[in-house]
Amino acid sequence: MKYIDEYRNSETASYLVGEIRKNANTLSAQKMSINIMEVCGSHTMAISRYGIRELLPQNINLISGPGCPVCVTDAGYIDTAIALARQGAIIATFGDMINVPGSDRMTLAKSRSEGCIIEVCYSPLSAIDLAEANLDKEVVFLAIGFETTIAPIISMIDSVSEKNIKNISLLTAFKLVPPALETLTSDPELKIDAFLCPAHVSAIIGAKAYETFVKKHNIPCVIASFEPVEILLGINSILKQIINGSIKVENDYERVVTYEGNTKAQELFNKYLEDDDASWRGIGVIDASGLKLKKEFSQFDASEKFKIKIKAGAPDKGCRCGDVLKGKIRPFECPLYSKACNPLNPIGPCMVSSEGTCSAYYKYSRT
Amino acid sequence: MNSLSDRIQLAHGRGGRLSLSLINDEIVPRFGKGPLDGLPDAATLGSISGDIVFSTDSYVVSPYKFSGGNIGNLAVHGTVNDIFVSGGSAKWLSIGLILEEGFPMSELQLILDSIKSSADECEVKIVTGDTKVVNKGQCDGIYINSAGIGEKIKEFNLSKSRLAEGDAIIVSGNVGDHGMAILSAREGVNMENGPVSDTASVRSLVLSICQCASKVKFMRDPTRGGVAAVLNEIVSGTKLGAALDSRKIPVSNGAGALAEILGIDILNVACEGRMILICDRCVADNILSVWKSFPEGVNASIMGYINNEAQRVILKTVTGGSRLVDLPAGELLPRIC
Amino acid sequence: MCLAVPMKIVEIAGKNIAVVEADGAKARISTSLITNPQVGDFVIIHAGYAIEKINQKEADLRILLFKELAELSQIPDNNAALP
Repeated sequence: MKYIDEYRNSETASYLVGEIRKNANTLSAQKMSINIMEVCGSHTMAISRYGIRELLPQNINLISGPGCPVCVTDAGYIDTAIALARQGAIIATFGDMINVPGSDRMTLAKSRSEGCIIEVCYSPLSAIDLAEANLDKEVVFLAIGFETTIAPIISMIDSVSEKNIKNISLLTAFKLVPPALETLTSDPELKIDAFLCPAHVSAIIGAKAYETFVKKHNIPCVIASFEPVEILLGINSILKQIINGSIKVENDYERVVTYEGNTKAQELFNKYLEDDDASWRGIGVIDASGLKLKKEFSQFDASEKFKIKIKAGAPDKGCRCGDVLKGKIRPFECPLYSKACNPLNPIGPCMVSSEGTCSAYYKYSRT
Repeated sequence: MNSLSDRIQLAHGRGGRLSLSLINDEIVPRFGKGPLDGLPDAATLGSISGDIVFSTDSYVVSPYKFSGGNIGNLAVHGTVNDIFVSGGSAKWLSIGLILEEGFPMSELQLILDSIKSSADECEVKIVTGDTKVVNKGQCDGIYINSAGIGEKIKEFNLSKSRLAEGDAIIVSGNVGDHGMAILSAREGVNMENGPVSDTASVRSLVLSICQCASKVKFMRDPTRGGVAAVLNEIVSGTKLGAALDSRKIPVSNGAGALAEILGIDILNVACEGRMILICDRCVADNILSVWKSFPEGVNASIMGYINNEAQRVILKTVTGGSRLVDLPAGELLPRIC
Repeated sequence: MCLAVPMKIVEIAGKNIAVVEADGAKARISTSLITNPQVGDFVIIHAGYAIEKINQKEADLRILLFKELAELSQIPDNNAALP
């Protein structure tokens, strides 16, 4: 595929691995080991899918952060979606949510086998088709995601209000990246030396969104694409910054990410959404780390429309997804990992999503 | 509503006048000659000198039409391929149809034509069959069961116990075409000239390598779960593993593009006209060149080798790092994350 | 967090609708999140929406950089898979 295959050649990868090893040696000579957090689930996936961890020297550690919207969706959100389905609503959702466990391991897939109507959509646009094809039913779209996915969902609502379609609403669980970086960095138990910043969230919010954070915490923030060879490029850029002591926001994905970001999407955010405290599964509530629909658009807000409040769900005992999401422990340090908790019987969200930290480890290394 | 005769009715499955007209108008003209002649309740088949190889499968694919074929082609190729990859030469098939009340007759005719053309292409005879009709809403248009009988090809001696380190793993063509063709039809990604199903028979691929059959240790058709499921199944319960090279795994452009768009690992996606063969390294290049002379084998490739890392399938990736190829969890779901 | 792939606009098919293509596979997507989409533009597609245009000059510069780095690397492109 154009603008994908050209960034996947082995010789460039092996050159960059060589450069990383040289820079890592310079750092280990100064007794330094570097913890790089890849915030985004798609990075976690690419790192595991392309076996990048095993290429890195001992003193360079990649830690997976809370960057997968499914992983961080609260169990109570799933319970609410299932409750709406059982009341006869058509639930439209991305495929990622189908097997996410709510309380007592109930999932949308199980509710579908009970007879609820759960429709998997590749795009929010299909939710409009569903609503127009079922005018006698209510369609509720499970609006989860970070900035990249919020933009298409809000644009869908923009066209719904234009077309004046009445039987569609959103159950929102929107999350934002910058506030999460703030929380992770101020957690004393965590030693994060650098962030590998998400590719397409940055396309929406722009490289500028990380500047105040870097000025305040003096931690490298490098934006890299999800292509395996460009992840190696991003890691090498981080090491060079630390060695040269020039800490900054570095944009290694300039073909897509600009300094300002996607202003048209940002305008839609300002029109429809306002800041909201968000509950991150396993981490708890982070102030102003989410977005919700403004009062004047409550006709599109399922929790208002159906007077149903999202209660915090009860996570499973022994599940340490919260610590995995914060990068405090590696998946195999969790007692349930690959024993009680595995892809066929996922307990915590990190095993459910194909990009969850534990699922990626289980699938691609199982060590 | 077109006229009544244009749709399947419950009566078509109840053995009365309408059943008879369905058989006489649609079944006999296509499959009437040979054991089906005179519509006996069971087919009397000739004797077979070698061992009998027998297989059955049911086909419930939805949508039942997709780019590259339909459920009719699948019902023949699927069972014929199961027989050939087990070292048998398929000869006779049964076809059991389950139709939903109201199913358009024109669609049934199209599917029966596909069954006939695929059967002729694989040189197998449809020798017996049955049709049942269920009430509207109780099935999704059409389901087909097919069972097949073949004669063991004596040159082949296939068993996992014969696998040894260094054996070559050959795939006969692009992986995942069928599964991606279904997904693009189902997910409403409204794709034009996207992936085309590879539904086809592996008959010529198997028969063309009989002269080195003694060095062939194992064959399998990677249907549900794709290459990942088959290779994990092959190494499970053995002291051996498999090592693949991602640059040697053939993927067609359309299927690869859609897999990237939907976030799906193509190694987990079904093929319906491919086979995986494991043989002694010394005959690998020979088999490869024979296969490449057939249209269904033009993209054949040696994608890896058997090694001693017990029960693990490892993939060497473009970065030089390796990863585990695990059993797919089940449903192929388009992802955003 | 957000899978997205580069595709080329081959047709503007209506208000905020474009047909994009990659390796012969075509799909209809929404262009409501980008300004002034043109046939020939490369765009990044996420969940059926173009979320940004690709700066082709930057894209080609990166390809050039990677080609140079490839030449610097010593490993011959060994065709044998694994031992």
